[in-house]
Amino acid sequence: MTIATPDLRRWSWSRLADAPFPFVVPYIVIFLALVLYPVAYGIYLGHDPGNYVALFGNPTYLRSVLNTVLFVGLGVNIKMIIALLLSGFFAVSRWWIKVVLAIFLLPWAVPDVPGFLSFHFMLSSQWGVINLILSKLGVAHPPVWLVSPGWGFAAAVVAYIWKWLPFWTLILLAARTAIPRDVYEASATDGATGVRQFLFITFPMLRNVYLTSVLLSTIWTLGNYNTIFFVTGGGPIDSTQVFATLGIKYAFEVGDVGLGVAVALTALPALVPLIVILVRRLGRGQ
Amino acid sequence: MTIQQAGPGRSVAATTGRAGAAVATSGTQRGAGSRTWYQQGLMILLAAVILIWTLLPIYNMIMLAVSPPDETLQQHFFPGHPTLINFVTVVTQNGTYVADFWHQMINSAVIAVVTTVLVLLIGTMSSYGISRLRPRWGGWVSNAALATYVIPLSFVSIPLYKVMATYGLLNTQLSLILAMTAFASPYAMWVFSQHSQSALSFELDESARIDGANAWQIYLRIFLPLMTPVLVAIGVYAFLLAWNEYLLAFLLLGSGPNSTMPVALTNFLSTDSPPWNSFMAASLFYALPPAILYYVFRNKITGGLTAGSVKG
Repeated sequence: MTIATPDLRRWSWSRLADAPFPFVVPYIVIFLALVLYPVAYGIYLGHDPGNYVALFGNPTYLRSVLNTVLFVGLGVNIKMIIALLLSGFFAVSRWWIKVVLAIFLLPWAVPDVPGFLSFHFMLSSQWGVINLILSKLGVAHPPVWLVSPGWGFAAAVVAYIWKWLPFWTLILLAARTAIPRDVYEASATDGATGVRQFLFITFPMLRNVYLTSVLLSTIWTLGNYNTIFFVTGGGPIDSTQVFATLGIKYAFEVGDVGLGVAVALTALPALVPLIVILVRRLGRGQ
Repeated sequence: MTIQQAGPGRSVAATTGRAGAAVATSGTQRGAGSRTWYQQGLMILLAAVILIWTLLPIYNMIMLAVSPPDETLQQHFFPGHPTLINFVTVVTQNGTYVADFWHQMINSAVIAVVTTVLVLLIGTMSSYGISRLRPRWGGWVSNAALATYVIPLSFVSIPLYKVMATYGLLNTQLSLILAMTAFASPYAMWVFSQHSQSALSFELDESARIDGANAWQIYLRIFLPLMTPVLVAIGVYAFLLAWNEYLLAFLLLGSGPNSTMPVALTNFLSTDSPPWNSFMAASLFYALPPAILYYVFRNKITGGLTAGSVKG
């Protein structure tokens, strides 16, 4: 060993050509410059306690806390449950179901801006097609969607589900098709069918994927800016703002960067545990 | 990589003729024999609901895009005099809002293409460095990357804007390219690492090493070629992430002639009487590249993109 040690440490071109560091350096540089530094700088920008005092006495902010919890809680869970059920429908092997699946994926392919602005237009009580349909169906007083906080918010949740349902259905469909068929055959010979088979075989085997999907979807939906911004614009009178839209509004429309960052930072108690859990779950086996 | 295992499995089943019954069982949890006429009816009904739900907002886009100006703001299912004039207006840049249409489309394309190339390069290099050469500090880098992957971009956008100003990159295409690269690379690294574990054996590396190849030669001649199936998926992922990004594009590039398409589109609506018809016509042009990419590469995208979350 004493003879080998200096040999190992000797610098040489061939050793440099096998070193891992040069391969990873480009990523490390962009990570430090464009992720770590901005995150640290953001925490520095939000260090003034006065901003948090202001926020907790601000009804618009308190409303946005409730909206964010509702948007994430309702949006993610309704979407994932429908995705779980639809993945069963799309797993049926019929040619016409493959056609329906191909069309069903369209919202995923449509970029956010035109997709959500199409919802915005459809919801207009003067111009939009939704109230036209409702009036044809005999609804005497259809909601004035974007003028009412409750209906506007509900419409945003629906638009969010429309946009993201295909992606998660596809994920769960993939997980479902990966379940070995003999498991079903064996359980069928044991007399398990229908709901029982779903409860005792399909769901237990999908549980891990489902949980990871819900967690990932939760953290991404917490930061969802485009849905609220384009469907309701945060209005009427800031009643449908969520963290992402309110933070950007304070920082760039109002011009108070510290307050805007403070809004984003108040999401940390939810963000940090989610980041830790997800890094562990996704990093397993790496 | 569950999907890629599922694919061949399904085709094998199809050739043996068991597919119908078996997949139907796994799908609806009912044996094919017990499926009756009302179950068929329910499935068709469900399909109809899915189609209406999916297509209504897209129908609304198309319907407005073919509406003449005087009908656009009249509530209607379909215009009385449908026209293609809005598409002509957009393509010929005949109007205030569409004056920079092609410039902005090219801008979006350049930013998305450069981001894609950088993500593929940085993603393959760093996942090779970490998962094949296995440095002791590799775990730190991959955890940092995974954390970056899950952090919502909108929460970082305010300080990111400030930092870009410090670097003097505001209002340059480079700022958006770098930001998108930084936030798209982690997912690329993760998928490449996963794929290299399932598709590449270390013995291959070792035998190449015995033949005298160094790490860079192994990266170029062995690692990259074996990554091609996921290169397409990650390439499409990075392209679309950059193509679709609104918030950062708005913050970093502003809304002038140099903006990208999603920001340019929102400019249409900044007046009291927005030209919704030409907005939708321009939107359809803008939505076309993503739609084509999704459908051409659908199987590769789902194979690559879902691999991540599917891994239980």
